[in-house]
Amino acid sequence: MSHGCSCHAQFGREQLEEIEKLLEPYSGQPGSLIQALHKAQNVAGYLPREAQVLVAEKLNVPLTRVYGVVSFYSLFTTKPKGRHKIHVCTGTACYVRGASRLLNQLEDQLQIKPGDTTKDGQFSVDVVRCLGACGLGPVVTVDEDVYGRVNNGKLDDILSKYSRE
Amino acid sequence: MSQVSLTIDGIEVQAAPGTSVLEAAKKAGIKIPTLCYLEEINEIGACRICLVEVQGARTLQASCVTPVAPGMVVRTNTPAVRHARKLNLELIMSNHPQECLTCPRSTNCELQQLASELGITEIRFSGANPSYEPDLSSASLVRDPRKCILCRRCVSVCEKVQQVSAIAPQERGFNTIVAPAFLEPLGDTACVNCGQCALVCPTAAIHEKDQTAEVWAALSDPRKHVVVQTAPAVRVSIGEMFGLEPGSVVTGQMVAALRKLGFDKVFDTDFTADLTIMEEGSELLQRIQNGGRLPLITSCSPGWIKFIEHFYPRLLPHLSTCKSPQQMFGALAKTYYAEKSGIDPADIFVVSIMPCTAKKFEAGRQGMNGSGYQDVDVVLTTRELGRMLKEAGIDFNSLTEEEYDHPLGISTGAGVIFGSTGGVMEAALRTAYELVTGRTLPTLDFKEVRGLAGIKEASVDLNGTVLNVAVANGLANAREMMDRVKNGKRYHFIEIMCCPGGCIGGGGQPIPTNKEIRTKRAAGIYSADESMPLRKSHENPAVQALYKEFLGEPLGHKSHELLHTRYTARGKY
Repeated sequence: MSHGCSCHAQFGREQLEEIEKLLEPYSGQPGSLIQALHKAQNVAGYLPREAQVLVAEKLNVPLTRVYGVVSFYSLFTTKPKGRHKIHVCTGTACYVRGASRLLNQLEDQLQIKPGDTTKDGQFSVDVVRCLGACGLGPVVTVDEDVYGRVNNGKLDDILSKYSRE
Repeated sequence: MSQVSLTIDGIEVQAAPGTSVLEAAKKAGIKIPTLCYLEEINEIGACRICLVEVQGARTLQASCVTPVAPGMVVRTNTPAVRHARKLNLELIMSNHPQECLTCPRSTNCELQQLASELGITEIRFSGANPSYEPDLSSASLVRDPRKCILCRRCVSVCEKVQQVSAIAPQERGFNTIVAPAFLEPLGDTACVNCGQCALVCPTAAIHEKDQTAEVWAALSDPRKHVVVQTAPAVRVSIGEMFGLEPGSVVTGQMVAALRKLGFDKVFDTDFTADLTIMEEGSELLQRIQNGGRLPLITSCSPGWIKFIEHFYPRLLPHLSTCKSPQQMFGALAKTYYAEKSGIDPADIFVVSIMPCTAKKFEAGRQGMNGSGYQDVDVVLTTRELGRMLKEAGIDFNSLTEEEYDHPLGISTGAGVIFGSTGGVMEAALRTAYELVTGRTLPTLDFKEVRGLAGIKEASVDLNGTVLNVAVANGLANAREMMDRVKNGKRYHFIEIMCCPGGCIGGGGQPIPTNKEIRTKRAAGIYSADESMPLRKSHENPAVQALYKEFLGEPLGHKSHELLHTRYTARGKY
């Protein structure tokens, strides 16, 4: 997702109109469902019901199938994401080097579970499987930034840095 | 095209190119066990029960999705095949609740039967079982995801045959669930309640909402006068619940059985089917004469009604305003019959026996209380009636035939054929022809509108006016018809039945219901028609008396109050 995105934006008529425009090339093409969903998610960072209905209508795919794809792939989300998106790698290497301790710390300090967003909309936390940087494990990413060999102290610093931005 | 030659279990087999190994084996008399397979509807190789050995292939192949090839050598009964099938079944069973003793599908469950056939004698694996609760939101159907084996038959039927797509697989892995989008309650979706999903479910993951307890309670309440009506299609299918051949016409035994259960009067929906012809036929002639909205489309099938309300709301003015025969019956039972028999309508309890799950929803629709009370109190499916008869210990097959009660049990052959696709059309044509031309029909059978084809068309000459008619069954075909209407194709009258084959293939009918069984039930319907002394609705003496004593005339004031209704445009989502 590019920096230009408005991930924490409220969802409204404007966003729907933007999605509608983006879906134009996929009109009547059920086979382009995943691509279309990517485009639609880029608009607000998540796919609320209205956005999925729009995709269903435009591509001529049953809504049950649209939601089936959205709920199948972890890349799609139906919940709004935070201003900063934290991903904790729990692939094998990161896991054995303490990823679960980092997750516990995040759950404690932010009071949210993976998949959720803090009440103030500042952070969302998700779990990923292997970012391909196993030598640096445990790895945490915030938005586009990658942090390696993260421990509890380092995570504290990271959180305080982004809670001001 | 030339045939493909292959060997299955040492037998030379010829099959058309493109045939699956499973089908080719079946033709050669070799049975390969299946679970997710549903001929022409769900052929996806998901359950891995139909595995076979194909010489030269690295792994075992799912025979339902493996096409025949020249010189192929297939073996269906080797130690490796038996081992793999058994293991796959054990894994499928590993998160299936072990509740067979109390399950509504016990003794009629494909999973149970397969476990027995494949010789599963112990549960070796215990898999993670997601804790999804049963969905009780629908008036017609219950989803119990715990019992779902994810075969996707229901999904295919809903998507391909009915084109409603109310359910699909959601989430992933162990959490996978067949459900509406956003796991919304089924009762809040565009599900039309047709129950075709319940008909093809191998287990009890989707089944009818059982309302037998309400009927038992009414039957044992001395203050209640409990009357029952039986839909046309039930008399050719209820016998299957007692081991009879599909299509056996058991009208007399069914009437006797219902009396034994304790119903005070046993009446027939065929009576109000005849009445529907009088009302709907008059509506058609009126619309033709007065330049009203054409084509007129039938309104007997509640699954179809909900479908058009969700998906083609702009075409609602084409629908006949006639209530379905079930609802006309309820309204008359609590007015005309109550008056005639001197019984307080508040004490009358109307039960319907229907081949249909959508009728349960219909009975609760707004406006279905023209009598001042809920017109139909409880709707039971053919399957529920079968269960009640068993519970009562009634030996169905040895019953002596009995007659329906008067007057709401008097009917004609035209009423019976409402049970099959094309039947409403044929019944209407028999009456319209005679009323318009004033001549007696030379032959009663309109064969062009009979049969299980998805869409049928015919033209009938009524004294110089040519009537273009069409008949569709199954909602995918209904959709095709609606698109033709939208695109300006001209018809006068269209019959639509929601379920494939019409009510004989209804979602409340005995399981299994397949093409072969539908064909037999349809044959039963037409033989029941032929055996009736009267075969035209307008000749029904009880209907004639009803107009004379009570209603006045077709489309009259009283008819409008009791027998006609309105429809609601509903959103798709």
